[in-house]
Amino acid sequence: MDQLIQHLVNTLILGGTYALLGIGLTLIFGIMNVVNFTHGALYTVGAYLMYLAVAALGLNFFLALPVAILGGLVFGAAIERLLLRPFRGADIDTTMLVMIGAGIALQSATLWIFGGVAKAIPSPFPEAPLQIGPVSVSWLRLFVLGSALGLIALTYALINGTKLGLAMRAAFQDADTAALMGVNVRLIDTATFALGSSLAAAAGALLGPVYVVFPQMGGLAELKAFAIVILGGLGNVTGAAIGGFILALAEELGAGYISSGYRDAMGFLIIIAVLLVKPTGLFAKAERIG
Amino acid sequence: MSAILSVDHVGVRFGGLVAIADLHFDVQEGEIVSLIGPNGAGKTTAFNVMTGFLKPSQGEVRFRGTGLAGLPPHAITRLGLARTFQRTSVFPDDTVFDNVMIGLHRQGAAAPRARLLDTLIGRAGAGERRLRARAEALLDWVGLAGRAQEKAGALAYGEQRLVGVALALATEPAMLLLDEPVSGMNASETRVFVRLIRQIRERGVTLLLVEHDMPMVMEVSDRIVVLNYGRLIAEGPPEAIRSDPAVIEAYLGQGSAARRAIAEAQQSAETREAAHA
Amino acid sequence: MSRLLPFALLAGLVVLPLGLSASPYLLNALITTGILTIGAMSLNLLLGFTGQLSLGHIAFFGIGAYVSALTSLGFDVEVGFGTRVVHEPWPPVVGFLLAILAAGACGWLIGRLSFRVRGAYFVIVTISFAEVVRLVALNWVELTQGPLALTGIPAISLGLPGLGTWTLRTKLQNYYLVLAVGTFCYLVVARLVASRFGRTMRGLKENESLALSVGINATRTLTIATVISAAMAGAAGSLYAHYLRIIDPDVFLFSTTVSMVIMVVAGGKGTLMGPVIGGLIFGLLPVGLRPVMAPEAQWIVYGIVLIVILYVMPRGIVPGLAKLFTRVRPARPVPVLDASPMVPR
Repeated sequence: MDQLIQHLVNTLILGGTYALLGIGLTLIFGIMNVVNFTHGALYTVGAYLMYLAVAALGLNFFLALPVAILGGLVFGAAIERLLLRPFRGADIDTTMLVMIGAGIALQSATLWIFGGVAKAIPSPFPEAPLQIGPVSVSWLRLFVLGSALGLIALTYALINGTKLGLAMRAAFQDADTAALMGVNVRLIDTATFALGSSLAAAAGALLGPVYVVFPQMGGLAELKAFAIVILGGLGNVTGAAIGGFILALAEELGAGYISSGYRDAMGFLIIIAVLLVKPTGLFAKAERIG
Repeated sequence: MSAILSVDHVGVRFGGLVAIADLHFDVQEGEIVSLIGPNGAGKTTAFNVMTGFLKPSQGEVRFRGTGLAGLPPHAITRLGLARTFQRTSVFPDDTVFDNVMIGLHRQGAAAPRARLLDTLIGRAGAGERRLRARAEALLDWVGLAGRAQEKAGALAYGEQRLVGVALALATEPAMLLLDEPVSGMNASETRVFVRLIRQIRERGVTLLLVEHDMPMVMEVSDRIVVLNYGRLIAEGPPEAIRSDPAVIEAYLGQGSAARRAIAEAQQSAETREAAHA
Repeated sequence: MSRLLPFALLAGLVVLPLGLSASPYLLNALITTGILTIGAMSLNLLLGFTGQLSLGHIAFFGIGAYVSALTSLGFDVEVGFGTRVVHEPWPPVVGFLLAILAAGACGWLIGRLSFRVRGAYFVIVTISFAEVVRLVALNWVELTQGPLALTGIPAISLGLPGLGTWTLRTKLQNYYLVLAVGTFCYLVVARLVASRFGRTMRGLKENESLALSVGINATRTLTIATVISAAMAGAAGSLYAHYLRIIDPDVFLFSTTVSMVIMVVAGGKGTLMGPVIGGLIFGLLPVGLRPVMAPEAQWIVYGIVLIVILYVMPRGIVPGLAKLFTRVRPARPVPVLDASPMVPR
């Protein structure tokens, strides 16, 4: 029982960052119809920016986090401007291949620059975990959960409460109609990709200090993000948020009660289950017309 | 005569939107029937239900006594119910000839199991030659023999519709659904197409059309079914439909284009009668 | 003239080793290039001719490698409830055949599962599948030795009962084996795409609704294509295992799939020669780049090259050059190097 509670607490903490990753990916897919294979690389970039800022430049941990997130924003905007803009109007397969090329180049660049040895990011939190009854949580992980939830709330506020968010929702419904109604679709695309990328970078920057930072870390994260997005329904933001927590739960329970070696296989098992039960995702809206 | 196609109280709803409220009609074997109605009346939706591209929210479609509920489109085609499409009626990157060959993919073959084996060891053989002859004959029949080696996507719109018809006929249907077959055709092309429709019927194929070209509909149909707002509002031979107050009312509500369509229909009937007289 | 290109290329590849028998390094690069090119051809069957991108293609390759290696090495594993499965070593040729079957069966499974939906879903399912298979290879240590690798995999022997056996130990022998299997795969793809089945694949790719309406069973067609493609990748994986004689879970690296994708897209997806030309270029490029660049820097280059090719030559090198040909001699029709060269005009 105590063990179960511990797993549930871990689920919450992991789920927050997974939700961030999933929301970023599903936004980009929903609004731009791009399967973003740079998502994992941006997760890595976020973690390395955090590492650079804290370990190499000696920046304050709490200042480094926004710097890493901002870095993701800039990276994302640059990728959209330089690589996706020239392929406007191309089909989804072409942009997917472009993103694969960009993703592998980015990941290799990280490896080339930082080398293959894993790096640790020092955290300012006390070593001793917070002990509540039988459950222990490190202060760092609590901070990660808080930040992730804060960023999710911020994203929701942005989408639902700002003019930019309104335009994004319009573009999500129908890009052509949105353009007719005077929405600057190009700007929306850049903003969407930058926002999605910054969420990936945020997830990397938050989990980097919890684990270690290495160039291939993004590959697995990307896979998990895909699983989350399928779970929630491609393009469904709330679905991705919930999907993040469901995946985390499946991983925690799978690792705890089945085998820790197969923790990362849970995402795939979820994809199988979803495709068997409800191929359009658990939280998909009714089938589209026409 | 017996009903080859029965549309039995079919309804289609998308969320809260009612595309078809309650549609009920039969098509008899050997008939040419047209489904008409103002824009948004649910005609193409009805076609999509009949051919398995959409699931009806209620009711059932039966083809030659078989219920079509739950059958995927390709299975319905294999039962002998083929269709054409309003817009994209060809495989654009293939030649016209290869288009028809794709349509013939199930014809004249031995057991499907042996087919893959033949393929792998490279035995094209007599079956393939026979298929080519069939494709040529079909193209000749719809009047596209001279275009056989051109890319289908590069053809004029009207010719693409003909490729679509040849493709559908390649599946050897007992019944053919034509979705706005003459839209985009000029008057003389339309006249040729009307002749083609009659020839298709002479081959023993029952036809159901969705069409906006009223003179054409009036000329070619044995019977007309009129839809408005997802409901059947009239059904009968062309002469009866032409003067049906409910039909005129429906089209009047639709603005000048539709009114013109009705006017044209009446005019064409008059000229035809004059010609007969 | 272009119609002769495959034959000219084949002839060139047959005599090539005579010129480089002194360089085992180059011969080795050619063998691995050939194996990857078979993988690229199999990927092209899906990506090029049905439009479905299998980004976990390396899974079929790796499954082929492991099945073949385990068949010829034998194993003794506990499968739970006190049951042990013991397998005595079988000849590598049997492993090769089992590899093809096993990979094909996995292709069937993946096809059935993911073609309930299309496009992005298929991509994600295949990529996740590859990751799971990698995790199994890594964690089922009793069977696969995990990260310690399966070693001492025997070389392939060919033999007829009563005529003795012939074991392919040297690089030269392996080169010709790979060339033979590659040529066979090329012919299979060529026959397939020109056949009735090939037409249904093309129809689905060009206009799915219309294809359904003429009675093409989409799920069945795509699943069969996936099975054949996976089986071919499995054959390539088996060759790889018996050539290198050692495999570890790194055969499942995503970057190998990306290599194959680059070969197909750069060469020309949906053409017969595309993956061959693309395979030769990108298989041998590391040989040229090795003296000047670290491997990770090379990968930066590949990523950029992929994007640039998509931009300037979206249909790939082979169709791009064929087009160039037409421009030079506009008077004569150029033999098409694409999906339908077998249909007489």
